[in-house]
Amino acid sequence: MSRTLEQLLCQPLCTVSKHYPAVSDFLAANGLDLSDFSFEDLVRSLSDEWFAGAGTTPDVLLEDGAAFFAGLLGAESIRQIESLEVLSGFDKAGCPEACSLMLKPGDVTCIVGPTGSGKSRLLADIEWLACGDTPTRRTVKLNGSMPDDSFRSSHSGRLVAQITQNMNFVLDMNVSDFLLMHARSRYLENAEDVVSEVIDIANDLSGESFRADTPVTFLSGGQSRALMIADVACIGRAPVVLIDEIENAGTDKRRALELLIQRDKIVLMATHDPLLILQADRRVVIRNGGMSAILATNDHERQLLRQLEEMDSSIQQARSFFRSGKSLTGVESLGNLSDNRE
Amino acid sequence: MNQIRLVTVAGPPSSGKTSVITRMIESIPDWKRTCGVIKFDCISSLDEEHYRSRGITANTGIAGNLCPDHYFVSNIEECLEWARAEKLDTLITESAGLCNRCAPHLKDLLAVCMLDNLSGINTPLKTGPMLKLADLVVVTKSDLVSQAEREVFRFKIQQVNPRAAVLFINGVTGQGADRLAAAVQAGGKISDAAKMKLRFPMPSALCSYCLGETRVGEDFQVGLKRKIQL
Repeated sequence: MSRTLEQLLCQPLCTVSKHYPAVSDFLAANGLDLSDFSFEDLVRSLSDEWFAGAGTTPDVLLEDGAAFFAGLLGAESIRQIESLEVLSGFDKAGCPEACSLMLKPGDVTCIVGPTGSGKSRLLADIEWLACGDTPTRRTVKLNGSMPDDSFRSSHSGRLVAQITQNMNFVLDMNVSDFLLMHARSRYLENAEDVVSEVIDIANDLSGESFRADTPVTFLSGGQSRALMIADVACIGRAPVVLIDEIENAGTDKRRALELLIQRDKIVLMATHDPLLILQADRRVVIRNGGMSAILATNDHERQLLRQLEEMDSSIQQARSFFRSGKSLTGVESLGNLSDNRE
Repeated sequence: MNQIRLVTVAGPPSSGKTSVITRMIESIPDWKRTCGVIKFDCISSLDEEHYRSRGITANTGIAGNLCPDHYFVSNIEECLEWARAEKLDTLITESAGLCNRCAPHLKDLLAVCMLDNLSGINTPLKTGPMLKLADLVVVTKSDLVSQAEREVFRFKIQQVNPRAAVLFINGVTGQGADRLAAAVQAGGKISDAAKMKLRFPMPSALCSYCLGETRVGEDFQVGLKRKIQL
């Protein structure tokens, strides 16, 4: 459904609001009502007293309207990102960074380094499309070229979706209404279908299932994380997804990663979990605020990953052993707890 | 007279204004020497001490029984003089709106509104001119909510103020505060307070209660009044 800005400004507002329900909120915020008038005619119909009371002028209101409608159209045009490159800058000591980082959709890259080493700064540089104007003096290129100022101002802060350990849902809504609200803010045409898909995927990722009418604040940590990942993958618009230190329990992280890859997201994981680090294609090592190395996961490491997976699976078995209320009395070895000892 | 960069920061109480302003000033080396803050509050404020403990020049104006935004307009000229005496080149005014009816924002000078991502999804629609007429909207505490809630909150802000830039800033870690600092340093300057104009008119004393009436009832209501439609 492609429309131009001129069409939106001169069509009757009640027609426009059918496709863009946000129009009535915009009008309400300005003390105006939906009508058969177009936005331009509505502004012309208002009296001088109205403008004096609202503390605005016809020109300003028209500009506000044009900016709002342009925002509606902008939200529809999802720009495909083929590559995102972080060109090296300087670390905290002022030394040049050892390497630059090239990111492509479907890539999974881990960010490793001690707390305070500068992982957040790297993300902030991506988020704000740094152009030598941040403390690291890094530069970010999109699709091989430097984004211009207008792209930077309209996309800054919208490129990276974050999912971290201390995030919670705070809205008093059920899962389905919550997702619908998010989908509608993105003007998705088939919002209901997308929402039921997200709920199915989230239930698949999380061990314990929840329903469409469960309030989001009632979800467990694992269910919340699963829902956040499914929402970011299917409804969110950000091309880059950062997963920061998510706990093991309750979410199938490997499947979550597969989902994000399949949706062409650029995935970054800040983690100390060796299983996740080795599942990624590579890892960037951050030291003293600078990118000091990029290590690709090699075949030797993948071999050793199997050993780690076996260890992990023992831990998982032990977890479900205790979860089901069993006792270790009489158990000689922790090696195989999956046997049905009652 | 030397020019001073003046920035109005407004937002509901406890939205994180003081933390973000502190982080913003600290994000630029040596800025503390030339950037000061005046806090406008209704009843009491401990923020001046907070700023001073961080080495930031600060002062407080307590509006008492006046609307803090009215108090702000009647005193901003004196604040500029104070800033000159303190040899500041940037003055940040921080005020919490009382009733959301008014806004301290001034024409041609950077206007910032601060909102808390935890405060409910319809907060932007309820906030009024301090949001609607701002150049820049700072959203705090968004590290505690889901990505979806952040995106919907931004969307609601842009319904009310489509032209404002939206910045998500973490007042605890300071992440994003350097972006606000860059915007503030690009903001407008003023030398003569008499040339400043409010972006939004403030109502003067509207009714008998503005003048101190305490008795309830039709007989005591004089001036502008509007009856609720039930």
